[in-house]
Amino acid sequence: MRRELSSVDPSKKWSGPVREYDLIKELVVAVVVVGLLALTLAALFSSPDEKALTMNSWSHEAPADFVQTAAAELAGTTTSASYGPPYNKNGEGQNIGPINLSKLAGVRIPIDPANSFVIEPLKSQSDPITTAAVSQWLAAPSKEQSSWANAYSDALLKDGKALTLTDAAGMYGPVPTLVTALYAMAKSGALDGALTTSDTTLPTNFTKPLLFLGDSGTYFPDKASAQHLSGDQWGVMNETGSWPGQSWLWLYSFWYQIEPFKSSGNADILVMSLMGILSLGLLLLPILPVLPRIPYWIPVHRLIWRNWYNKKKN
Amino acid sequence: MSEKISWTGRVRSATLEKFEPEDLLPDHQPAYVASWIYVFGVATLAAFVMLIASGLYLTLEGPAWWHTSSVGHYVNSVHLWSVELFFVFMVVHLWGKFWMAAWRGRRLATWITGCLAFFTSIITGFTGYIIQSNFDSQWISTQAKDGFNAMGIGAFFNTLNTGQAILLHVSLLPLVLGAIVVWHVILVRRRGVVPPIEVGGE
Repeated sequence: MRRELSSVDPSKKWSGPVREYDLIKELVVAVVVVGLLALTLAALFSSPDEKALTMNSWSHEAPADFVQTAAAELAGTTTSASYGPPYNKNGEGQNIGPINLSKLAGVRIPIDPANSFVIEPLKSQSDPITTAAVSQWLAAPSKEQSSWANAYSDALLKDGKALTLTDAAGMYGPVPTLVTALYAMAKSGALDGALTTSDTTLPTNFTKPLLFLGDSGTYFPDKASAQHLSGDQWGVMNETGSWPGQSWLWLYSFWYQIEPFKSSGNADILVMSLMGILSLGLLLLPILPVLPRIPYWIPVHRLIWRNWYNKKKN
Repeated sequence: MSEKISWTGRVRSATLEKFEPEDLLPDHQPAYVASWIYVFGVATLAAFVMLIASGLYLTLEGPAWWHTSSVGHYVNSVHLWSVELFFVFMVVHLWGKFWMAAWRGRRLATWITGCLAFFTSIITGFTGYIIQSNFDSQWISTQAKDGFNAMGIGAFFNTLNTGQAILLHVSLLPLVLGAIVVWHVILVRRRGVVPPIEVGGE
């Protein structure tokens, strides 16, 4: 029968044989060795710095995707437009059982994509055609706004390549003008500034441009896929290029690769909750049943303390 | 009146008087402290020192510097490789302590503070990745927001608010992590290095 020998009480101060040791020397040597290692790795392998995407780059590199997304923001059919808390009340958020934590937290970062991403930036424009289109949009009832924008958004998506379409049937209202004006703002670089300085003149908050970019149908996700950053490519734990990323997030990314998480509409809250429980399990492992016994059953400690055990044996 | 009734006396009694000088700055260790696995604890601390040093350099120059300066890019690379080394060392250290059942002998708090340091490091590392102000940070922050939003945390910690993430990464989180690490190391010194698992009678 295996039993823990009481000859060494781990809670008592050690009174057995000792060896010479120098804490300060050990720390200094460690800092020098690890420091040299970090300096060398940095010199040999550098670090990635893939240029950030902007409204400007989006409008130049994927203009059709830009105008389609802008029209969809006005139509209220993008991810942001139907997100829910913390941005708006247009979506339900995610549930775990009967609990909806995002709703409990509430709308604390108000974003109305049609206004925040399209209309508000266009208000800074002074040309009479854009001003008139903005006024017509703002004066229209929301049902009419939705009808115009959905019709134009569907037509752009159907065409696939068009940057603007003529309104032969008079179905689009001011939407083509609004989208074209926003596209012109993006191409000139003005939209990047307008989206980051709408709340404060010091651009430190990129919520609006990043949510807008996140609604992109192809531009943003295609760039991510090319850099093996998509969710089905283990997403956030990777880094652009061949550099190591946050590999310590492997378990978090792992759950998104398997069912039932992979196809669940509540995947995020399920994975986050599971990781929370597992983290708590690690924290409290010593007082959980079974798990603290594993080191006794699989004696890796025999390898770690082999010199000590050999001396004791002899 | 006994001096221990004063707040200062109580703090001294609860802290300094718990230690002997050789506990805090030892020049001897139990004979069983002789394995490569022990290197990884101090190696984690050394990588943390490199992280702080390279991070301070980046902080002094500002968030845009490393995109435009070759020296800045190198310092950023040192910061990146220091964090990679930091996590490798810490994970090996954690696994080592698991197989040593290092929570034995009233060392539960040492285990817990070690785990807290691990979790805080993950959050600190994450905020570092989303303040790079490049494509990687844009993608990570837009993807990760959904997890935080689903938990209701996103209403308070907005991954898309770079200014908020920068302040968390360079001020609050290093302070919290540093405090936990100091607490962890003090507990290690207070309880000493856990002795071997003794298996007898066979």
